Amino acid sequence: MSSMFQRTALNARNEQRERMVRAVFGLMTVLLVLPVLIILGLLVLRGGPALSIEFLFSEPEKGMTAGGILPALVGTIWLVAVSLVASVPIGIAAALYLSEYAKDNWLTRAINLAIINLAGVPSIVHALFGVGAFVLFFGFGTSILAASLTLAVMALPVVIVATRESLQAVPMAFREACWNMGATRWQTIRKVVLPNSISGILTGIILEVSRTAGETAPIMFTGAAFFLPFLPNTVMDQTMALSLHLYVVTTQVPNVPEHLPYGVALVLILIVLILNATSIAFRTWLRGRKKW
Amino acid sequence: MSSDVRVPRDASDLDRPDAAWFWDKLVALLVFVGGISGIVFVIGIFVFITKEGLGFITETMDVGEFFGSVNWRPTSAHRPTYGILALLAGTASVTALATPISVPFSLAAAIYIGEFASGKVRETLKVLVELLAAIPSVVWGFIGFSIMNPMIRDTFDVPVGLCVLNAGIILGLMAAPIMTTIAEDALKAVPDGFREAAEAMGATRWQVVRRVVLPAAKNGLVAAVLLGVGRGFGETMAVLMASGHSINVPTSPFDSVRALTATIAAELGETVSGSDHYRVLFTLGILLFAVTFVINLTADVVVRGRRRKRRA
Repeated sequence: MSSMFQRTALNARNEQRERMVRAVFGLMTVLLVLPVLIILGLLVLRGGPALSIEFLFSEPEKGMTAGGILPALVGTIWLVAVSLVASVPIGIAAALYLSEYAKDNWLTRAINLAIINLAGVPSIVHALFGVGAFVLFFGFGTSILAASLTLAVMALPVVIVATRESLQAVPMAFREACWNMGATRWQTIRKVVLPNSISGILTGIILEVSRTAGETAPIMFTGAAFFLPFLPNTVMDQTMALSLHLYVVTTQVPNVPEHLPYGVALVLILIVLILNATSIAFRTWLRGRKKW
Repeated sequence: MSSDVRVPRDASDLDRPDAAWFWDKLVALLVFVGGISGIVFVIGIFVFITKEGLGFITETMDVGEFFGSVNWRPTSAHRPTYGILALLAGTASVTALATPISVPFSLAAAIYIGEFASGKVRETLKVLVELLAAIPSVVWGFIGFSIMNPMIRDTFDVPVGLCVLNAGIILGLMAAPIMTTIAEDALKAVPDGFREAAEAMGATRWQVVRRVVLPAAKNGLVAAVLLGVGRGFGETMAVLMASGHSINVPTSPFDSVRALTATIAAELGETVSGSDHYRVLFTLGILLFAVTFVINLTADVVVRGRRRKRRA
């Protein structure tokens, strides 16, 4: 009877194999994330000395081989802000439709497929679309408006997916309770569904900001300029942008001192990573606080 | 009886539309418009790039030269030629090198994070993968240009480090977190009951993964790989900066190449709107759009196949 629970040679072999697989897969996972940590370390090491308040708040000088990044920083803020104004309402509406109204039919499948496609279309194709539609057809010219709308179309799937997820996390019983009191669908959404999912939606918007701030290809021909000596005043102006500035000082301008592009790269990646980390921390905090 | 209390006289009075009813209808309409916006934009992208590029296809394009020639000389004053074979070879070689780098690592990472790791380790790895996915492509390009370039030059003793190898590694690193995330979702979609049933039979965790979870998640994993490859295929800035950007059919990983996407990014700014050169760049856009559309559609069909089988 006792021999039934004894460790056989087969058990031993399986356990050994288990340990080996665990070690190999763990090692591969570490190797996957390790280069990033090394690269981040290098960026901080080489770009860190370039960083200063003055670097952030002064104009580029001597054909962009010296000075700071103020116009690029301000331009990126303009681009992100205008694209948010366009994409957030449309994105939330789309998510509300998919989560609260849509039936399981061909139209919903087509919408989902379209969203996947919108996320998968290469960024340079979005740029071509921006040129054809916003710059030429709608006559916005190369401007912040055209570039931001291009970015908005590109970032739309991010808002839709994040919002839909947080809407669907609201338990069905909440809605049913509200409907039973005679509320309309919209009253239920406004008073019950949105208040219970607003933080999740905000998390998605932070992610979108981070995504938009780092994009380069879609703004290259729609509104971002290599170099401009002034800050933009209206949405019809062109602007510099941090991401394009990194491309320009890395590959297009001769005799740039090494620390300058490292400094720009560090600023850009810090903005993106801080936004993402905020979004992740926010999400974790929400999960801990959830009452249902 | 006070006059501000509405007392229904009969049942039909209860059904009379009020303000709330109108708001409800209005919002339903607005939300529907938002809902179909995704479809509108995808069609819009196709329509507008076709509108700008169609002139080239109908008037100038010689199909044999376009797909069969390695001579991409759109700015030649004497006789411009538009052969994209070398650009296709550039894109294909970089993607082909990136895939064997990203696929094994991301599948291993997805399995480790989803099936083996637990608690703090798992959360930390997930956050790191997510941050990895957030690094903008222009920063990856910068890493290829400024960090990988001298590294490859010194390690392999070659004159230039901007080549297929450089762009392939960068692209592999970029595609890996996307693949990992989608693959992990596919593993998560396998019901826990499957795992519990296998574990109850005395299977080790690896046996559960290999015999139960992986077969059940197979289609989702295929979709993850497809979407990751699609992302690499369409990547622009990183490839533009890391590949060396010279027209070449590569014979070794140390050759510089030029990708389809990078060609558009580098040349569109110099073209005159409406010229043949301008139109051919939009034609490349149509090609890129079509290929990614097919990849996404295939991934969707593959995943849907899995779901249908599950339900049956």
